[in-house]
Amino acid sequence: MATSLQAAGFARRGLIALAFLLLLVFLVAPLVLVFTRAFGDGLAAPIAALREPDALAAIRLTLLVAAIAVPLNLVFGLAASWAIAKFRFAGRSLLITLIDLPLSVSPVVSGLVYVLVFGAQGLLGPWFTAHGIKIVFAVPGIVLASVFVTLPFVARELIPLMEAQGRLEEEAALTLGANGWQTFWRITLPNVRWGLLYGVLLCNARAMGEFGAVSVVSGHIRGMTNTMPLHIEVLYNEYNLPAAFTVAALLALLALVTLAAKSLLEWHLADEPSTSNR
Amino acid sequence: MTRRVLPGLPGTLGLTLFYLTAMVLLPLAALVIRATGIGFGGFAAQIGSPRVLAAFRASFGIAFLAAWVDTLLGLLVAWVLVRYRFPGRRLLDALVDLPIALPTAVAGIALTELYAETGWFGAPLAALGIHVAFTPLGIGVALAFVGLPFVVRAVEPVLADLDRDVEEAAATLGASSWQIFRRVILPPLWPALLTGFTLAFGRGIGEYGSVIFIAGNMPGISEIVPLLIVVKLEQYDTVGACVLGSLMLLASFAIMLTINALQSWSQRRLGN
Amino acid sequence: MKFHLTALGLLGVALLALSALTAQAHGETTLLNVSYDPTREFYAEVGKVFGPKWKAETGEDAIFQTSHGGSGAQARAVIDGLEADVVTLALAYDIDAIADKAKLLPKDWQARLPDNSAPYTSTIVFLVRKGNPKGIHDWADLVKPGVSVITPNPKTSGGARWNYLAAWAYGLKTGDGDEAKARAYVADLFKHVPVLDTGARGATITFAQRHQGDVLIAWENEAFLAAKEMSRESLEIVVPSISILAEPTVAVVDSNVDKHGTRKLAEAYLNFLYTPEGQELAAKHYFRPRQAEVAARYAERFPTLDLVTIDHDFGGWTAAQAKHFADGGTFDQIYKPGQ
Repeated sequence: MATSLQAAGFARRGLIALAFLLLLVFLVAPLVLVFTRAFGDGLAAPIAALREPDALAAIRLTLLVAAIAVPLNLVFGLAASWAIAKFRFAGRSLLITLIDLPLSVSPVVSGLVYVLVFGAQGLLGPWFTAHGIKIVFAVPGIVLASVFVTLPFVARELIPLMEAQGRLEEEAALTLGANGWQTFWRITLPNVRWGLLYGVLLCNARAMGEFGAVSVVSGHIRGMTNTMPLHIEVLYNEYNLPAAFTVAALLALLALVTLAAKSLLEWHLADEPSTSNR
Repeated sequence: MTRRVLPGLPGTLGLTLFYLTAMVLLPLAALVIRATGIGFGGFAAQIGSPRVLAAFRASFGIAFLAAWVDTLLGLLVAWVLVRYRFPGRRLLDALVDLPIALPTAVAGIALTELYAETGWFGAPLAALGIHVAFTPLGIGVALAFVGLPFVVRAVEPVLADLDRDVEEAAATLGASSWQIFRRVILPPLWPALLTGFTLAFGRGIGEYGSVIFIAGNMPGISEIVPLLIVVKLEQYDTVGACVLGSLMLLASFAIMLTINALQSWSQRRLGN
Repeated sequence: MKFHLTALGLLGVALLALSALTAQAHGETTLLNVSYDPTREFYAEVGKVFGPKWKAETGEDAIFQTSHGGSGAQARAVIDGLEADVVTLALAYDIDAIADKAKLLPKDWQARLPDNSAPYTSTIVFLVRKGNPKGIHDWADLVKPGVSVITPNPKTSGGARWNYLAAWAYGLKTGDGDEAKARAYVADLFKHVPVLDTGARGATITFAQRHQGDVLIAWENEAFLAAKEMSRESLEIVVPSISILAEPTVAVVDSNVDKHGTRKLAEAYLNFLYTPEGQELAAKHYFRPRQAEVAARYAERFPTLDLVTIDHDFGGWTAAQAKHFADGGTFDQIYKPGQ
């Protein structure tokens, strides 16, 4: 018995060590590399790289895109999950599949479809151009592509959560005389708030970091339509690797903040595993 | 049950449908219309070209292998996270999601720097005769990187819900740990493992940002489908790009359906 | 309740930011130059030098925006609606495509500016590692056993098409004009290529920074720039016996300048490239100037060599494209990796 316990102890420590080693080599090493390349030669160069007008413009644009895409998908996510989780209707599971679809569509395709619709040779493009509205190769196209790729994040966090909570509490509130909005703000929203925040975090991280889809619709105009990920590519192509890695480090930092916030959320939710599962 | 006490269905459902139609359905329809515009013969000719076939082989083959690696590694990591309590567990848990939070372009240049022959890992590997960057192996590394969290997050909750009494009973009856793993733990995990595998695979076949830097982009060897779509666009072959895009879309749909089927399988199993 | 406010706040921020951004777009005249990869540094400086001159002449503040990428990708973006005022691309074929598919400028655009609308030229040379360890001196050395060659993909990169045609020209010359020999040489050459990047700049980075391959076939200007920017890597330029006169072309995109009211500025911008000052800038950024007197000053930098031209030796871009680079063309026939 003692030996088998010892063996189990060894196996346990061995497996833990292996898991750590694996994640360090496989996931953490790239991160360390980014920060080393960015800050390896002191702080002066990275600070200069970030104060360059094109870098500032890229940062501004990235924040702007996230500031539009995330609230849109937040509102959509709330509406969709309310309809899907609280009601039963025909085509419901098809709707869920449609919401999940952007997750598995290749980013390149996500960008391409907007060029097909809004490009000069596209379906609606000529009409918009005639009315002086620029969609692709301008900020609206970048926003659209970002909305597309981040569309599922809030909804798919909320749907299982709202489903699990059922509708009893809401029905009780309504019976007690609350109106629909009151019920939503006072009962439903507080119940799902952590899941919601988690979805928003993921949505935001993806919106700021999207590369493939945005690259297709951006037009790559320096200082105008280059987001941070695209600016990294530009710098990389200008042999300016320290600057490329500086901007990359900034985005990586954002990823770390997202992870930290997410972990904090999960400590709050220690008893509610539903957020960590899809 | 059909009695609708809760308000808001018409409004929320209407908004959902409108948003999905405008943002997802219409653009995707434009893609399919453009692709099918060339007729069946043209479509078949596009798909049948050796370069396209090779790209599909590369994308699907490498994504498949990478998803396998993710499944093995993901099971290990999920096991450690669920079954053991140790210092640094929360850190490990947080790290798992890194590939989801890290922008793909950042991952791409970082992995390329790391695994190029001048890089931290690439140099020693090259000394052993293993070339990673600019080979299909490099694409595999990038795909395995982006796919890992999907497996871990799919397996974790199921593993946490497993009834440990059965394992203990099996141990009391003299089963070895390997036997317990194979006969008791693994069977209920299958649906979750397959779901994770499929998610990682689905992410892998469409991945662009992290792959583009590290792939050698050799037509026929390390040219993946998303890259070929971009190449077709650059050659002014919009229709060709649309055909490839539609095929990728079809693959996405197939993957979503597989996942849904797996999940209802899993629910039936857990219900038993 | 908190969330209600947060959501409203976020929306408000979004709207404010959007209006700030659109407001910023008014005020000055902006000119968008959609260009290809290796001209980044050159056009950045052209904007800086030409801007004040334009201001002095007309009193107008002009902002010069540039966009860089693979030549084909850039032309595709203009066709799909990227509203370029001027295009300065790697080869006439890509501007032809814009004229052809989107009809944004007339088909005879190339006759509107002097010298085939190519204010500067370049050629294709080799970049090798310090001390030229593999002894690369001419095209024949590229197909020696054990030599590995980096060139981008001719299907996507304008520069790579010039590379390919230069190699073809060498094959023709040594084979006494026999097409089959040229084809055999180019096929042999591509057997020595381990990585095909999509653009010229990507190939340079693969060669110089990732230490792939022994030789990079590159634009002369790109080779000079790489040798300078990556002095740490100690790269050397090798000029082959024969190469091609690469003519990157420039054009005003009529539909877009008329829409933006920027025709005057766009024309002045391109004409500036033909002035002695513009020619000096081109030479400074390692492009071969067209003007004899400027070229004479840089004779040492740009050695003379036997140069074929696209129009004389390949019957123009449309013919060359159809024969070599279209789907099923010569390149597809000879390039079969893994076989």
